[in-house]
Amino acid sequence: MALPHVNAVVIGSGAGGGVAAKELAEAGLSVVLLERGRWQTAFDYRKDDLQNQRTTQLGPAFGPHDLKKNPRVRVDDNGNARVVYANGWDYQNNAMCVGGGTLSYGAMAWRFMEQDFRMRSTYGDVENSTLADWPISYDDLEPFYEKAEWEIGVSGDDSGNPFKAPRKKALPMPALPHSRECEILKPAALRLGLHPFDIPMLRNTVPFNERPACMRCRWCVGFACECNAKCGTQNTVIPKALATGNCELRTECLAKEVVIDDRGRAKAVAYFDENDRLQEQPCDLVVVSCSAIESARLLLNSKSKLFPEGLGNRSDWVGRNLQGHSYCGAMGLFDEDVYDDLGPGAQIAICDYNHGNPGMKTGAMLANEFIRLPIQFAESNYVGVKRWGIDHKNYMRTMFRRTIRVMGPVQEIPVFDARVSVDPAVKDFWGIPVARLSGSKHPHCVEVSYYIAERAEAWLKEAGAIQTWRQPSGMGLSGGQHQAGTCRMGDDPATSVVNRNGQIHDCDNVFVADGSLHVTNGGFNPVLTILANAYRISDYITREWKGSKFR
Amino acid sequence: MSKPRRLGRRTFLQIAATVSAGGSILACKEPVTVWKFFTPEEIATLDAVCERIIPADDYPGASWAGVVNYIDRKVTYVFQDKQSQYRKGLAGVNDTSQALFEADFTALSAEQQDSVLETLSSGKAPGEAWKTQSPSSFFNLVISHAMQGFYGDPRHGGNKDFISWRMLGIPHPPVRARRPAAPVA
Ligand SMILES: Cc1cc2nc3c(=O)[nH]c(=O)nc-3n(C[C@H](O)[C@H](O)[C@H](O)COP(=O)(O)OP(=O)(O)OC[C@H]3O[C@@H](n4cnc5c(N)ncnc54)[C@H](O)[C@@H]3O)c2cc1C
Ligand code: SF4
Repeated sequence: MALPHVNAVVIGSGAGGGVAAKELAEAGLSVVLLERGRWQTAFDYRKDDLQNQRTTQLGPAFGPHDLKKNPRVRVDDNGNARVVYANGWDYQNNAMCVGGGTLSYGAMAWRFMEQDFRMRSTYGDVENSTLADWPISYDDLEPFYEKAEWEIGVSGDDSGNPFKAPRKKALPMPALPHSRECEILKPAALRLGLHPFDIPMLRNTVPFNERPACMRCRWCVGFACECNAKCGTQNTVIPKALATGNCELRTECLAKEVVIDDRGRAKAVAYFDENDRLQEQPCDLVVVSCSAIESARLLLNSKSKLFPEGLGNRSDWVGRNLQGHSYCGAMGLFDEDVYDDLGPGAQIAICDYNHGNPGMKTGAMLANEFIRLPIQFAESNYVGVKRWGIDHKNYMRTMFRRTIRVMGPVQEIPVFDARVSVDPAVKDFWGIPVARLSGSKHPHCVEVSYYIAERAEAWLKEAGAIQTWRQPSGMGLSGGQHQAGTCRMGDDPATSVVNRNGQIHDCDNVFVADGSLHVTNGGFNPVLTILANAYRISDYITREWKGSKFR
Repeated sequence: MSKPRRLGRRTFLQIAATVSAGGSILACKEPVTVWKFFTPEEIATLDAVCERIIPADDYPGASWAGVVNYIDRKVTYVFQDKQSQYRKGLAGVNDTSQALFEADFTALSAEQQDSVLETLSSGKAPGEAWKTQSPSSFFNLVISHAMQGFYGDPRHGGNKDFISWRMLGIPHPPVRARRPAAPVA
């Protein structure tokens, strides 16, 4: 039996989808929010060092849970394809639960810089790259950044950052008191003539939005917050969407495809419900927010008479330009304890190397790392010491409490062949072709990562490190937690998937609102930009809705 | 909550004494076994391998921490797909140790055990088992499981008494709450 018609189906309840559901529901549209994962809390897999979203030895705590039901395919540089699962790095997982990545993230809340929206104009052509400007500018996004900061909640103090784009309104909450790492790194940065400041974070530092302040624990990045101080969509906009009475959240519901009618418009979303039954939800419009890899997969799997290669894929751009970041940095050993067991860890950053690096076309913010877990430190073996025996034990005993890591996400130069396609053979448990990931980074990003790692090292040395180790990035495809770029936003349908309003070029009632839109991904963690864009796109939809364009 | 403290040699010996007074489970020879997947002989070999991966110094190592508990539990459920690797691999450890020193792994000195493990990690080791399985990937598997059992949460069977966290001087059990501006302990 057909389900009753609704105005909008939002697919995916992460950063982008959570915001879209709330904005549409508050504007009076009836909304169904489909989420393949469960509604999880901090009391699932509580503080488990072996099962969370950062260390996944026993599996990713915040989805996908059933590894075997949810495979992907990874093609290596020699063209060999193999099936990969969500507990492995190659899967490029983010999270799959209500809130998506925002339930367990580290919660850095960056506004991109003005140049980040004009990378092509700033740096010109780059060989073997699809580098382009965004169709919108920082000024177009500014009011929505502000909305995200105030509705979802951001603390911090970026007044010491002269490189930031202008903001109209200060952040709603102050920064946390400084940790020991911060006290060591800040004066050192100032001595080097750099500009350190307190990272903006989606985290309550004082009671805000009826939730308490952070209690500074070790289980932050990769975990759901036990005192609910971290601000995600699951504890802000999604409850608000539900409170309107206009939004129904359906968990454990996996969208299979957007169903297209004979005129080339979306008429419904087909999905498998919590009992694995195929359902069809009729609607006026669809918002796709499954994160970069799964949004591309969904569009590619939405084949119809008018879109035989997948929805929005007339120019073969869906799934292209997959990008995360080229992570790099350095670790320094100090001759005293620097570890103070205070979460979230990351606290101090500089933007001196985001742009204007000599002879280079990209750069990164640098910040101290999130708080460490023993198992993660043991496995990473940052210094190349023998991995077992007394050497290993000595490494843990001397290094764990006496090292600081400074890391940065180098902004990727997008590559057309770094991509998501759908695998011709491998299907998931429900029979849907899975995402197939192939390609690698642009070599220039790796070059820049060496430079950024040197800058991180210099900072640590100035701070008194007695020994340092540089950690540049490798060539491997990046995506994972910062995945973006696969449904590029642009004015020209020949070189992009959606227009500046997130609307698929040749299908006006399907929108994309998540990291997929990003033309370039900034030298920053991306979530605040995803949230802001979702507000901006929802604003467009609700304005058009009043003119009844979609009915 | 008590301040993180280092477990002194004396306390450690006391704990160790209590454990052996309780009867070492590793010495158990009865047909009834406390292990879910491994045989008592396999457990003894695995325990000895893990102890060389994370050896005791003035602080307990893998054996004391119950790392084999962790591996036995996980190989029974989450890591079921590793069962045959373990079965073959542990036999292989003894094959190699017989070939090099004419004794089972558990009977060797620490130095001899290390050289067996070095041989495995070189990728070429004598022994029937290694004809169908790579000795270095088996050893790498045990290394990663030993790390998980030693540094992971005690709820999974290893890291007894939060021993690795104490070693690193980090609060145990997990801190439930503290004021935002809590002074550094
Ligand atoms: C441990 C960790 C730390 C992080 N730290 C930071 C940080 O400090 N700062 C920062 O900016 N970013 C951080 N991130 C990244 C951030 O979480 C992501 O950038 C962000 O969540 C992406 O938003 P999105 O809307 O694109 O997708 P997501 O938030 O991933 O949401 C997508 C949702 O869609 C659902 N879905 C997918 N396919 C389907 C389908 N077919 N049917 C139904 N539902 C579907 C998924 O289950 C998921 O819930 C971190 C992420 C993790 C995991
Ligand atoms: S550090 Fe703060 S925000 Fe992070 S999980 Fe702990 S209490 Fe929550």
